Order: sequence, then structure tokens, then C-alpha cells
Amino acid sequence: MADAEVAYGFAPGQRVRVKTGDPPGHIRTPTYLRGKEGVIEDRQGIYRNPEELAFGKPGLPKKPLYLVRFRQQDVWRDYSGPGTDTLSADIYEHWLEAI
Amino acid sequence: MVKRVPRRVPLTFTGRTLVMAGMPGPHDIGGKKFGGGGQGGGGKTTGAVPRGEHVFAAWEKRADAINRLIGGGGKQFYILDEMRRTIESLSPKDYFSLSYYERWIRALEMLLVEKGVLTRAEIDGRLAALRQG
Repeated sequence: MADAEVAYGFAPGQRVRVKTGDPPGHIRTPTYLRGKEGVIEDRQGIYRNPEELAFGKPGLPKKPLYLVRFRQQDVWRDYSGPGTDTLSADIYEHWLEAI
Repeated sequence: MVKRVPRRVPLTFTGRTLVMAGMPGPHDIGGKKFGGGGQGGGGKTTGAVPRGEHVFAAWEKRADAINRLIGGGGKQFYILDEMRRTIESLSPKDYFSLSYYERWIRALEMLLVEKGVLTRAEIDGRLAALRQG
């Protein structure tokens, strides 16, 4: 399947929320970011789904990957650093929803 | 200090805990505290990241070399994503008691058995022979 057949659903600057839940299997979205709101910082490419590759499957269709930026204060309830502190993480599109 | 939101499944890293489907693996430790059980009470963080250089032992270099030879960049008995999944499937007790390359070796063994390249008996037999010198 060509990359051209999979399109980015989100654009840089767009606000997103990480999906919640603890599905079984090999998951590439850290637990501490689930349910947190952030902003799309960049598009990182379109790749075979590593959560399926991990079980010997083809990982198709490919999934867009984003760099998502979060405010540290939004991630950690007891964060005491400056409000301008941020954290960025690579998150696949199927783990994100528009706000 | 603000209490953390109670976890749906209490996690204990100090004892043997069965990793069930739908429960984060032992690798997924961001923001978690150790030794205090679940429900956000007690425990301690992992502390500062050691910034010193690690001197690799010969067996660690060998583990890396074997992975390159039989993994995604070599024979392709398995790929990197499968290796990650296998390391993450270790019990918390094993995961935290093993060093980095010890986890690799354990994962490589599991994958080679899973893929039918070696049997557990063949690995154990070779280990026993090596121990006897």
C-alpha cells in the first residue's frame, strides 16, 4: 500500500486529546498521556502500525505519526514547574481524537 | 501534595505481578512510583537519570551482535517491534531485576522459541553443557 493512500487527519497547531483505555497488546502510547490534551506540533511520517507489527502482522493500513506537545501542568497533577514547560511525544493517529 | 488518581488496577512493582491483557506492561512506568503499591499512596520515584557512560561488557556486546545477526537487520527471525513486545511481556519482577541486555537475551530466547528456530530444551541443554565446561 502506497503512503499516498493514507492521509494525515490532523494538522500542526490542531488541538487533540489522547484516547483513554488500556487495550491489550503492544501499545506505543504511554499510560501517563492517556486522556491528556495537547497540540499537534509536527507530522512525523506515515508508518506501518507498530502495535500490529509487534505480533508479526503486516501493520497495514499504515498510520500517521505525530509529534504532540503537552503542557507539563496538564500531564502531571502536582507539577510545580513553570506553566511554560512542555513535553512532546510521538503518538499515532489512532490514539488521538480531535477536541 | 495532590493525590494521584487511583489506578483501576493496583500495580505492585516489589512483588510478582501477573501482567494481564489490558494492563500496562512493566516498561510503561512514566509518572509511577515504586514500592508503595497502588492507589497513589507512598512509594518513591526512580530518581535522577544516571548520566555516566556505561562500559559494555563482552557479553553485552555479544548480545547486541547476535541481535543484529538474527533480528530485523539480519536473518529476520523477528523484527524490532516483536522484540519490544516480548521485553514488555516480562513480569515486573523479571523486568526490574534484569539489566538492559539481560532483558534482550531473555527476549531473544523467547522469540527464537516462539518462531520455532530453537526449542526451550535445546537452549537449556546447551546452557547445561556450557556450565559443565
